[in-house]
Amino acid sequence: MESCAQKKKYAAKDYKSDLKPIWCPGCGDYTVLNAITRALAELALPPEEVAVVSGIGCSSRIPAYTSVYGFHGVHGRALPVATGLKLARPDLTVLVTGGDGDGFSIGGNHFLHACRRNVDLTYIVMDNQVYGMTKGQASPTTAPDWEGSKLTPEGTGINPFQPLVVGLASGANFIARVSSSDPVNMARIIVEAIQHPGFSLVQVLSPCVTFRPEQQEWRDIVRTAVVDYTDDAARAARRLMTDDGFNVGKVLYKGSRPPFRPEFENSNGSVAELEARFAL
Amino acid sequence: MTINSVSLVIAGSGGAGVVTAGSLLLDAAAQAGWYALMSRSSGPQIRGGEAAAMLRFATEPIMSHDDSFHLLMAIDWDNIGRFSAEIPLVATSLIVGDPAHGPAPAALLSGTPRQAALAMTEIAGKIENGRPNMVALGAIAGLIGLPPEAMQAVVENNLKRKGQAAIDASMAAFHAGFAAAADLPAIPKLPAVAAATEPRWSITGNEATGLGVIRGGVRFVAAYPITPATEVLEWLAPSLAKVGGMLVQAEDELASINQIIGASYGGVPAMTATSGPGLSLMIESLGLAVAAEVPLVVVDVMRVGPSTGIATKSEQSDLNIAVYGLHGDAPHIVVAANSVPDCLFTTQWAVHLAEAMQAPALVLTDQAMGQARAIVPKPAELAFIGQRLTAAAPAVEGERYKRYAMTASGISPMAIPGTPGLTHTADGLEHNEFGTPSSQASDHQAQMDKRSRKLTQFNYGDHWADIEDSEVGAGDTAIITWGSSTGPAREALRRYAAAGGRARLISLRLIAPVQPEKMAAALAGIKRAVVVEQSHSGQFYRMLRAFYDLPAKTVSLHHGGPLAFGPNQILDQLNQLNAGSA
Repeated sequence: MESCAQKKKYAAKDYKSDLKPIWCPGCGDYTVLNAITRALAELALPPEEVAVVSGIGCSSRIPAYTSVYGFHGVHGRALPVATGLKLARPDLTVLVTGGDGDGFSIGGNHFLHACRRNVDLTYIVMDNQVYGMTKGQASPTTAPDWEGSKLTPEGTGINPFQPLVVGLASGANFIARVSSSDPVNMARIIVEAIQHPGFSLVQVLSPCVTFRPEQQEWRDIVRTAVVDYTDDAARAARRLMTDDGFNVGKVLYKGSRPPFRPEFENSNGSVAELEARFAL
Repeated sequence: MTINSVSLVIAGSGGAGVVTAGSLLLDAAAQAGWYALMSRSSGPQIRGGEAAAMLRFATEPIMSHDDSFHLLMAIDWDNIGRFSAEIPLVATSLIVGDPAHGPAPAALLSGTPRQAALAMTEIAGKIENGRPNMVALGAIAGLIGLPPEAMQAVVENNLKRKGQAAIDASMAAFHAGFAAAADLPAIPKLPAVAAATEPRWSITGNEATGLGVIRGGVRFVAAYPITPATEVLEWLAPSLAKVGGMLVQAEDELASINQIIGASYGGVPAMTATSGPGLSLMIESLGLAVAAEVPLVVVDVMRVGPSTGIATKSEQSDLNIAVYGLHGDAPHIVVAANSVPDCLFTTQWAVHLAEAMQAPALVLTDQAMGQARAIVPKPAELAFIGQRLTAAAPAVEGERYKRYAMTASGISPMAIPGTPGLTHTADGLEHNEFGTPSSQASDHQAQMDKRSRKLTQFNYGDHWADIEDSEVGAGDTAIITWGSSTGPAREALRRYAAAGGRARLISLRLIAPVQPEKMAAALAGIKRAVVVEQSHSGQFYRMLRAFYDLPAKTVSLHHGGPLAFGPNQILDQLNQLNAGSA
């Protein structure tokens, strides 16, 4: 590609820090980190022009494992931090990483409103249907009959949260589901998510090998979705409401709502003009 | 000299135009060269309901209401009894009511005020489109000595859009009331003054707060509505847009605090305003701003708590949460405004402090000063502009950037995203100098020392407190106070001095970090002190006791909201304090 010829070339490793992740061997999050760095390299974004924002949880550790600007905040509040950052600094590419508990339980309200607000962010949620960092409790996406937690030994008895359906209904402008077992495809979709204007939601099925070892079977269950994306929200909703959660590797929905971005250019007004209104 | 002033209340039901009348009167007083303070009180109804505008006029600047009112002008009596505690009336006070609405409710008569009738409805009825509230304004003007020309100018300006007929109708009603005042019992009149020579402003505390943050350099504000802080945000929305900034409405206070953390991390000075319940929600993330060293300003316009409390009324009871609310050891800045115009000074200073020290600064104001409008001398230009120590390149060429580098001041150069070669992760997890998460005791110790050091070593200058002595000196008696209680304390000091007493007022602006050395100097030679605050448990007194060496004879004068202290309540305490010592 000629236009890229003048651009500096980057490799995925240019976006990685020297820090060794705290994750368990075999954790799906390793490949998500790889896919993110690979996507950034493909986009040839200078590392200083990218920020990764997260909350708390295993997957929220990602910022420190990258060599871009990172912000590791409190549990559940990654989206508002990223919203403030992107609105104040529209020149930056802002990614948000986190897990299902961080994003859909404690941060659930922010998730709804981030979809609604449609700021140009890319939200990558590593969904393993469990709280890993606190040693294995049911999350909002856990099946109601999962009895693996001491906190809910009889299962939660509550239907799982449907992040993509809720995201679509709330106004997310780009929706995809990928599997951590296919990092190449994941990187390709993250590239698309970053390039698509507005709020992009990428759900990654990312197994927790320690507290949900049975999820290692996901690599055999997942299948590449047979149909391409739609820009029709009603069709996307039908598809999402009827699938089993294992159709991966393709973008499901692309909307065309313009991103939210208030004017932040220097205007001609001065503080003196504001003060003049108080003068008698 | 005590202040020569007139205090009055205009009260009535929702449709009576009480607040409009109060605003017109305030503007007219400004036109006449007077100074003024106006507070509003209203019932809990969303629309309509009873309302009262409390005004005080003087020929010099005033910061406080008086102990009682000279005049209650009641356009009607709808539920006014509900305000009786907020409208202290004494035997020399005068209640003027409209006979068309019957007698004054008993709740207003406990101080045995004088009573008089003014047939506002009847008088207004004889004038085409005449309104009773304009008749009331005319009578007030006649009673207090406000020149009709001053009101003429204000009405012309306010009703320009409605046309000459509306102006004429209003002024006809006003003049009818003005003439009727001749038959009413007298209350003190204020002297006419020559046209004011010094420039003056008409401003509310909440507006002054908004202006302060813009002056300080804030250009990103996240907002979630809450009484009584909403006006700060509503003033900021269009004002920020005019100076190249932006305001974003957030989904809740958890989002607003985190949005400003994100914006500030991005290099744009940021703030939000809230009240007690919202501050409670923001507390966890304020700790994040401490740990990640993100400068920001949060203004808490305090109201009566706990819980939803009394949302529309004032109290100084968020001191504890502001100072101690954060978990862990979390050094941060807490400052407090002590008057309507000081909201401007203190918030602008707060932006400066937050940016300079890369720490969150909490500003405490309250409903009483936030929603009060005052005619004040034009506030001074201030030099406080938020200036953050930023990093443009690694300290040593080729070396990895240390976001939380150890420095003598505790302040580390901050790399703003976009700066090449200085990428790092800002973290609420304890970390080492690079920002890398660490659970090492030595890293925790070093980072705690650094975060604490940058606040304790900072030069706060003389702004930590307003210290004012009576004209003949401080003597050996002090009033120690903060926030809204400073207004009546200032006036108590003047009355005390007028009666021959000597005392010193110490009003703390810098609540945290504490300043023991400066306080020791301020208390040198002081043997007796009264601590004044509007808190049921005496939060301020307890904090002073914990951190400062107070005179052996120190008493606490405190009560919860919503009633403010009157100057005489503080004066009585001063007199009692010295009764045994003369």
